[in-house]
Amino acid sequence: MTIGIVAVQGAFIEHEKMLDNLGISYIELRQKNDLFHPIDGLILPGGESTVQGKLLAELDMFSLLKEKIDTGLPVLATCAGMILLAESLSNDTHKYFQTMPITVKRNAYGRQLGSFHTKSDFQGLGSIPMTFIRAPYIESASPSVDIVASVEGKAVAARYKKQIALSFHPELDGDTRIYELFLGLIQTQSVTN
Amino acid sequence: MSSERYELNKNLAQMLKGGVIMDVTTPEQARIAEAAGACAVMALERIPADIRAAGGVSRMSDPKMIKGIQEAVSIPVMAKCRIGHFAEAQILEAIEIDYIDESEVLSPADDVYHIDKSAFKVPFVCGAKDLGEALRRISEGASMIRTKGEPGTGDIVQAVRHMRKMNSEIAHIKSLRGDELYNIAKELQVSIELVKYVHENGKLPVVNFAAGGVATPADAALMMQLGAEGVFVGSGIFKSGNPEKRANAIVKAVTNYNDPKLIASLSEDLGEAMVGINEDEIELLMAERGK
Repeated sequence: MTIGIVAVQGAFIEHEKMLDNLGISYIELRQKNDLFHPIDGLILPGGESTVQGKLLAELDMFSLLKEKIDTGLPVLATCAGMILLAESLSNDTHKYFQTMPITVKRNAYGRQLGSFHTKSDFQGLGSIPMTFIRAPYIESASPSVDIVASVEGKAVAARYKKQIALSFHPELDGDTRIYELFLGLIQTQSVTN
Repeated sequence: MSSERYELNKNLAQMLKGGVIMDVTTPEQARIAEAAGACAVMALERIPADIRAAGGVSRMSDPKMIKGIQEAVSIPVMAKCRIGHFAEAQILEAIEIDYIDESEVLSPADDVYHIDKSAFKVPFVCGAKDLGEALRRISEGASMIRTKGEPGTGDIVQAVRHMRKMNSEIAHIKSLRGDELYNIAKELQVSIELVKYVHENGKLPVVNFAAGGVATPADAALMMQLGAEGVFVGSGIFKSGNPEKRANAIVKAVTNYNDPKLIASLSEDLGEAMVGINEDEIELLMAERGK
């Protein structure tokens, strides 16, 4: 099993360390040629969505990645990654992959002084440590989307088909349960295929 | 600052990695920087090249000007305060700046003490010429480090020197026996815990960017290959012939710093680079401010 990690900007090395701990191999996706390696799952890391979205488009990676997600490649998206998956943003006109029918608010907790750490329940996994850095949250979602975690009444994690989108950063907290959930999606995928 | 807040502040720097932080002086420039792919902007009244040219005392920017930039963009906004000027830092915290740069580019307010950054909730980035300086700033509460390359010169030599020095000092500490670390802590004037961290992990405990003198995509690639985790570009963009194109090119060079073919094409037709001043032509060495 090989995971592709989008590595155009942001905290991708932190995801790599988590996969190292789990003994899973991965490749960095920095330019179009990298997308021709076969991958079984995709990670969209935290960082700045404006930068990542722009680089993915200008490095000609965007449409190939979107096609892979549209055709069922399992995705784990954190923070900026959630913004890239969202069908729409409530406070920004940018549009990216639009593969998950959710409306996301960028910088929903304000500036860095609004960043916080907490623990909260994640459906099926119990209490999970959650680090929010200038984080977005989900303002609304289509009924076909499962909201799997909320913090103070705001939806912060969602599942839709083979996509998992998180407002927070599991790569910063050393807890592997969300990764195991994601890897589980990939394994079911290979069985059905 | 609680240890949880310090972690969150280090985490924000992690999100900036692989990105370019650009100096801007107006909301218009901030929008250009954001559209060109800046992962954050540094709001200041005058870019370092102009500060150097103007001479005189250089201070924190007008909060109104900084707020204008905060309103213009959605990416993090940083601003500079003078070394040791904790009241300027308090003002920047009051307007909810995302990162404070306690910077040698401005005139130092204190020639002995740096700001006790652990007393603040907002994060700080500080410059460092070597490992000792970096660890001293970290022990004062800095959650991000950058090289102290000579600002406003367009000359990369000092940033290179700082990055190489830090790398070789880290490699040296890594190679030592455990019982030799105490003397290193004494020499660097930092706690044994910080030295042990470097010994065990072979890196700083916070993110480390390149800053000072970056003017071309090749400069950015050079610093990334030397181990920088991202790049600050000050005068290099808005002092050049075509800021938008140059900014775009530097952003892509940071992402694909190991791809000379791509960087070759990014380096074509960028127009005039900032003029630049060589190290031996400058009268004021800003990197000597604060140690």
